[in-house]
Amino acid sequence: MLSNTGNFLLFINIFLSSLIIYSSLKCLKIKNNLIFKNIYQISLLQSTLVLICFFTLTSAFIVSDFSLITVYQNSHSLKPLFYKISGTWGNHEGSLLLWVIILTIFSFLFLILNKNHPKNYRLYTLIIQNLLILGFLLFIIFNSNPFSSLIPIPKEGLGLNPILQDPALAIHPPLLYIGFVGSSIYFSAAMASMISNYSGSLFAQSIKSWVLISWIFQTLGILVGSIWAYYELGWGGFWFWDPVENASLLPWFAMTALLHSLLVLEKRNTLYFWTIILCLMTFTLSVTGTFLVRSGILNSVHTFANDPSRGIYILIFLSLMIFASIYFLFSKYKPTNDLINSNSKETFVLINNWFMMFYLITVLLGTLYPIFTDAISNNKISVGPPFYNSVIIPVVIVFLFFMAIGPQAKWIKNKFSNLKSILLILVGAIIINFAIVYFLKSYSLISNLILISSLFLIMSSIFDFFKKSRLSFPRIISHLSFGFLILFIGLNHNFSVEKDFNLKLGEAKKIDDYEFALLDLKLSQENNYKAVVGKLEVNNSNTMKRRILYPEIRIYDSPQTLTYEASIQTNFLGDHYLTMSNIDRSEYYNIKFQHKPLMIWIWISVLLLSFGGFLSLFKNAKNN
Amino acid sequence: MQKIIKSIIVLLFIFVLLVFYNSLNRETNYSTDYLVGNKLANINLKSFDDNKIYTNEDFKKSRYTLINFWASWCAPCRVEHPYLMQLSKEKNLKILGVNFKDKKINASKFLNELGNPYYYMAKDTSGKQSVNFGIYGIPESILINNETIVLKKFVGPLNDQNLNDIKEIINSL
Repeated sequence: MLSNTGNFLLFINIFLSSLIIYSSLKCLKIKNNLIFKNIYQISLLQSTLVLICFFTLTSAFIVSDFSLITVYQNSHSLKPLFYKISGTWGNHEGSLLLWVIILTIFSFLFLILNKNHPKNYRLYTLIIQNLLILGFLLFIIFNSNPFSSLIPIPKEGLGLNPILQDPALAIHPPLLYIGFVGSSIYFSAAMASMISNYSGSLFAQSIKSWVLISWIFQTLGILVGSIWAYYELGWGGFWFWDPVENASLLPWFAMTALLHSLLVLEKRNTLYFWTIILCLMTFTLSVTGTFLVRSGILNSVHTFANDPSRGIYILIFLSLMIFASIYFLFSKYKPTNDLINSNSKETFVLINNWFMMFYLITVLLGTLYPIFTDAISNNKISVGPPFYNSVIIPVVIVFLFFMAIGPQAKWIKNKFSNLKSILLILVGAIIINFAIVYFLKSYSLISNLILISSLFLIMSSIFDFFKKSRLSFPRIISHLSFGFLILFIGLNHNFSVEKDFNLKLGEAKKIDDYEFALLDLKLSQENNYKAVVGKLEVNNSNTMKRRILYPEIRIYDSPQTLTYEASIQTNFLGDHYLTMSNIDRSEYYNIKFQHKPLMIWIWISVLLLSFGGFLSLFKNAKNN
Repeated sequence: MQKIIKSIIVLLFIFVLLVFYNSLNRETNYSTDYLVGNKLANINLKSFDDNKIYTNEDFKKSRYTLINFWASWCAPCRVEHPYLMQLSKEKNLKILGVNFKDKKINASKFLNELGNPYYYMAKDTSGKQSVNFGIYGIPESILINNETIVLKKFVGPLNDQNLNDIKEIINSL
């Protein structure tokens, strides 16, 4: 029953998308500035039906309707309701439906919220967006249909992968999707802008809010994913330069560059083609990331069951997108004489773009290189943190300095009148850094530079806050929190303590300043898993603090999986992180203990970063 | 000039997409099949009993050597053990057992119980040496000739089919 409803709605949506394209083309032929009323109506209907279609799938998950293959493969009747719901997008098929929702709703909102822009531009955007929607709907129906039915109906489902049963992970995909699927709307708008010759600052205004929305959600999505990895994967880190993490970072770099270049386009009416390229690049990178992850080329926790036909489809889609973009870009491209003074705000914004492109290319190379060597020379290699750290970190130092100075420059022609205060702030940053080194611990030269540059950015931003008008408040918040982010990462990196040892029940061990004792082991039976819970006492002889931590080894039934739950005590000064794993045929347990200072501030900084974006969105909405 | 740049960009994208297409049909699991036909250079294995080190020189003496990676804690190793015992009777073949991440006392107990098919015995307590042989799980076996060129790799416990394959290779002249 639900299967038929879902399939029916999918087909109706294909029809509606085609109808929108047809009506828009018809409307384009009429020479006035009015869009047919029925286009608005069909768009609204389309958004509503897509939502209903999605809720149909969600209800199939809630009532555990195992006649749907997707539900059977990814749910279980005993699973908590919350995870039944999040199971809707915790799999390949359902998540594609989420894609279509975002594509459709953004398409509708763009149509109704940009009434002061020319008709042709809006209609072309609508047409291109609906071509994307059509592409995904066809993909869903012919390749990844969440409503495929199963006969005979199984009595019980296979269950959701237990490491995905986590609140952070339940909201991670929707956030990230709003980010990178949301970028589709300015991909469409950029194409429409080239086709309808609607360029310049008005175009910049029409997409600014959309770029901000996708940027905010992309940032939050990456944050939540990173928090999840920290708590759930039990590795004690928050960023692993895993190819899949990189796939979410690539569009983020492009979006950040775009946000800045839009400023120039809006204020100074230059860099039009560069902005267009960034718009096209963002969504193309999003689809590339999806391709790499879903086709199974990259192996990771995100790889759902492997199916090469899926990869072929996305690849064809990606190729069409890329070549259509290139075609329009090449046929419309006119070399412009963008006269930009080398000492002006424009230049500083461009510098931001260079840095972003540098990061983007570095991460892109690191991610694709293993795929290329494997395909070309059969060599399996992997590119890991050492590569990224050694290439990216030194460049971050310079980047932070520019980030501090750039916003103070003036448009068109700048004069550094505040050279004195800049130097003063720099001296302040150096003093604080050496105070940390003197009183707490010394660290490497590069760490010193990282700390100085981030302190410089933080102090400059605070200084700005007292000097500038309220208008630049969102920017100050974002730049300030980025400075804090790098500062806390630097401190966390330099002051982390890690101990790795084996312990059996009743035993105690003293390592440096710490004393560990495994006091107790308990077996507990939970709703959908069994757990061995350890009770570990950690004494710090330095601070005289005593803590009890409860790490778990969980045994899930459906599907049968073993997971290690870290026990984490968080406070504002730092996290105490402990995982316990069993050793085969031995009464000993392997204990991994970490003290990670200021961990929570890393999350807070990113949250604040996206809050800056939110303020900017708010300001932008108010201005228009 | 512009035309050249444009063509380069288009070609670059075509190249990337073709590589993607090509990668789609690849086995993404780590595979060490490429080792077959290659020479194992710089073999450096510690002996199980004494301080002797086995190097490439040691394997020149016999026509064929089967390098078997095993451990007392590995259940499939027990399953394949009778096959190794059979192979140990072959004239042209000597078996090198590499005891992997194991305790000496348990390993000795295992061999006392099931018999010792190994002509040479080496140990890899940390599991690091085995990486050079492309081992990612045990049991695994590698058949080499007297020039230490890999003739065949067997991932997982040996079976009847593998036994026949090995016999065919070592008895063909």
